[in-house]
Amino acid sequence: MASKLTRANRAGWLMAGPGVLLMATFIILPFFLAFAFSLTNQRLASPNPTEYVGFSNYSDLLGLAVFRLEPERDDAGEVLRDDDGVIEYPRLRNFTRNNDAYPHLDGKREWFSWQSGENRMVVLASDVVFIRALLNTFLFVIVVAPLQAACALGLALLINQKLRGISFYRAVYFMPVVVSIVVVSLLWKFIYSPGDGLLNNVLGFLTFGLFQPHDWLGDPGTALGSIMAMSIWQGVGFHMVIWLSGLQTISPTLYEAAEIEGASKRQTFRYVTWPGLRNTAVLILIVITMQAFALFAQVDVMTGGGPLDSTQVLVFQAVERGYGRQDISGGSAISVILFVVVLCISLIQRYLTREKT
Amino acid sequence: MKLKLALITALGAFALGGAVSAQTELSLWYHGAGSANAEEALVNELVEEFNASQSDWVVSIETFPQLAYNDSVGAAALAGELPDILDVDGPVMPNWAWANYMQPLGIDEATLEGYLPGTIGRWDGVVYSVGLWDAAVAIMTRRSTLEAYDIRVPTLEEPWTGEEFTQALMTIRDSGDFEYPLDLGMAWTGEWYPYAFSPFLQSFGGDIVDRETYQTAEDVLNGDEAIAFAEWWQMLFEENLVPGTSQDAADRETGLVNGNYAMSWNGNWAALPVVEAFGEDALFLPAPDFGNGPTIGAGSWQFGISATSEHPEGARAFIEFALQDRWFTAFSDGTGLLPPTASAAAETENYAEGGALEVFYELSDEQALVRPVTPGYIVQARIFESMLADIANGADIFDELDAAVDEISRDIERNSGYGH
Repeated sequence: MASKLTRANRAGWLMAGPGVLLMATFIILPFFLAFAFSLTNQRLASPNPTEYVGFSNYSDLLGLAVFRLEPERDDAGEVLRDDDGVIEYPRLRNFTRNNDAYPHLDGKREWFSWQSGENRMVVLASDVVFIRALLNTFLFVIVVAPLQAACALGLALLINQKLRGISFYRAVYFMPVVVSIVVVSLLWKFIYSPGDGLLNNVLGFLTFGLFQPHDWLGDPGTALGSIMAMSIWQGVGFHMVIWLSGLQTISPTLYEAAEIEGASKRQTFRYVTWPGLRNTAVLILIVITMQAFALFAQVDVMTGGGPLDSTQVLVFQAVERGYGRQDISGGSAISVILFVVVLCISLIQRYLTREKT
Repeated sequence: MKLKLALITALGAFALGGAVSAQTELSLWYHGAGSANAEEALVNELVEEFNASQSDWVVSIETFPQLAYNDSVGAAALAGELPDILDVDGPVMPNWAWANYMQPLGIDEATLEGYLPGTIGRWDGVVYSVGLWDAAVAIMTRRSTLEAYDIRVPTLEEPWTGEEFTQALMTIRDSGDFEYPLDLGMAWTGEWYPYAFSPFLQSFGGDIVDRETYQTAEDVLNGDEAIAFAEWWQMLFEENLVPGTSQDAADRETGLVNGNYAMSWNGNWAALPVVEAFGEDALFLPAPDFGNGPTIGAGSWQFGISATSEHPEGARAFIEFALQDRWFTAFSDGTGLLPPTASAAAETENYAEGGALEVFYELSDEQALVRPVTPGYIVQARIFESMLADIANGADIFDELDAAVDEISRDIERNSGYGH
């Protein structure tokens, strides 16, 4: 009965037991539940029975359509233009709302559009907010993962020196990690405050008053960037410590040998330090990517997804839908999509950074 | 009623002296942990006095921070662990009644006669909850400010019209004396948006959802009246008449008193500091009339009985004990909120004749309109909130209104009409 796996590893299983059990209860089981819920119309609280609805939650999130919007014409068939010569188009709502001739557009909203001759090509999405959240999340990961890893490495190199009082700097850099992200978000909200916020004041002071106060979190153009900057600041200390541990595993004899060979500082980094950090780099990249996908608290505290959905991200949308709008099935569907996305990216990263033999 | 209560109190006092008999424990959940004013202390006092007043029941209170309260109740309902007595926010109550978290209150409705409409929670024609206080919103400003710019002081009988209001804001803005002429409180995200701003929409003639059927938002949230409201709303931000969605919460608290804002759209819980700062000069003005009559929101936190309570008669006894003018007065004095009855108001510091906040009682009586009474309200409120924020930030009005309508109608459909 007992196979080699169970018998030979009895002690191992025993030790892994609690961990496996906890993971099964709090990670694996909820995941399957989320998948099951996403196929139903499960509500947070409702006396109505839960019904199986197939993949409609997914099609409600991911539905896309392209539509050619033709300009308004007068009786002679001439294209109508306004006073500035801009072509006039009928409003999209004429097609997307209560129009039986266009059932595939029903309830969809404009995502983006481009000009094609006289016509305007419009891409419509069933759930524009979700699509924006998806793109914002990707943007956040693409910017934050390399930048945060690089900054962390820079800091790690700086503090990996035998100087007096270096632990003080280590502690300072690590401090933001220890503080709760909610507290950090609140503090940064004050820093970014429009008008006389700290950042506006400092920039005004540095430029001798030339800088015009900016509404960092209130402007769709800078809101996500502002959140990226504070997220990097907050998370960089943690990854600095991982880099530092990687740096300290590199044998000093290698550096001595490089010095004897007459290698420059740059060469030492390129041929000794960097290869020695390979495994650390893989770990850090994967960890930061996953953390970046899980972006939530900063958005929740600082912007609530606004302005104009410029800081909507997937986890925030999942929570907002599941709890705010009581739609557990919709929130679950977003979670499942997020899971698939993160899984794919992790697999790709694993493949790209595999040990080549 | 009075006699009965007196009797109960007398019996309670008698029982106190005697031995402790078998008492049944009742649990009460309360939302105001760490509240800034005296509310929490008063609720505790209420519980203590009730426990001392009779020998059948012992109420034990558990306090939650407001932000986590509704979620806790939801989780407890799923787990079947609801307390006997629930504290519930007025507009949320229909949802909890519909979701079977609560049971009808079972108190004789004659007892509730003369209460402000916002303090009684009804769903499907049945009373489920009753509040010991209500809140009201007004335009807070200074008489001297209005006089300085030659602006008419509006009255309850003759409030500002929409144009008059907008014109007043423009005049003050053009003077350049203030950062913004009006502070709407955009920093207070969440329930403040539908509570404080949907009355503007209603005054234009629109609404969040069609109150005839509660099955759709079509034509009420994207009809001509709603479009007029949305255009006015967007104009406020485009013309720099009000601070935008990124307003600092600290500015919201102190902007009026510090003179950054000329007027503030705020609730009576924030009125006392204004009276302290400006004294006789402080003005609390009624909501402007945009054509369909002036309106303000109504309905605050109330008490009800959970559906799973094994001792509803005990819970009822507690709520009946709380429904006394002396408690209404105590809460009003402690928190600055409105007492539910005129007789209690007459006894309070602020709402008695000549009191600093007297005008709020009339405001509540004359202008108050409860938020849509439907289980779907909690979802509709979120949709309405993000719609208002987007329009304030310059989104296309038609798209936003349509999208909100679609989302609300779809949600109602997915919930099989929410039991209407």
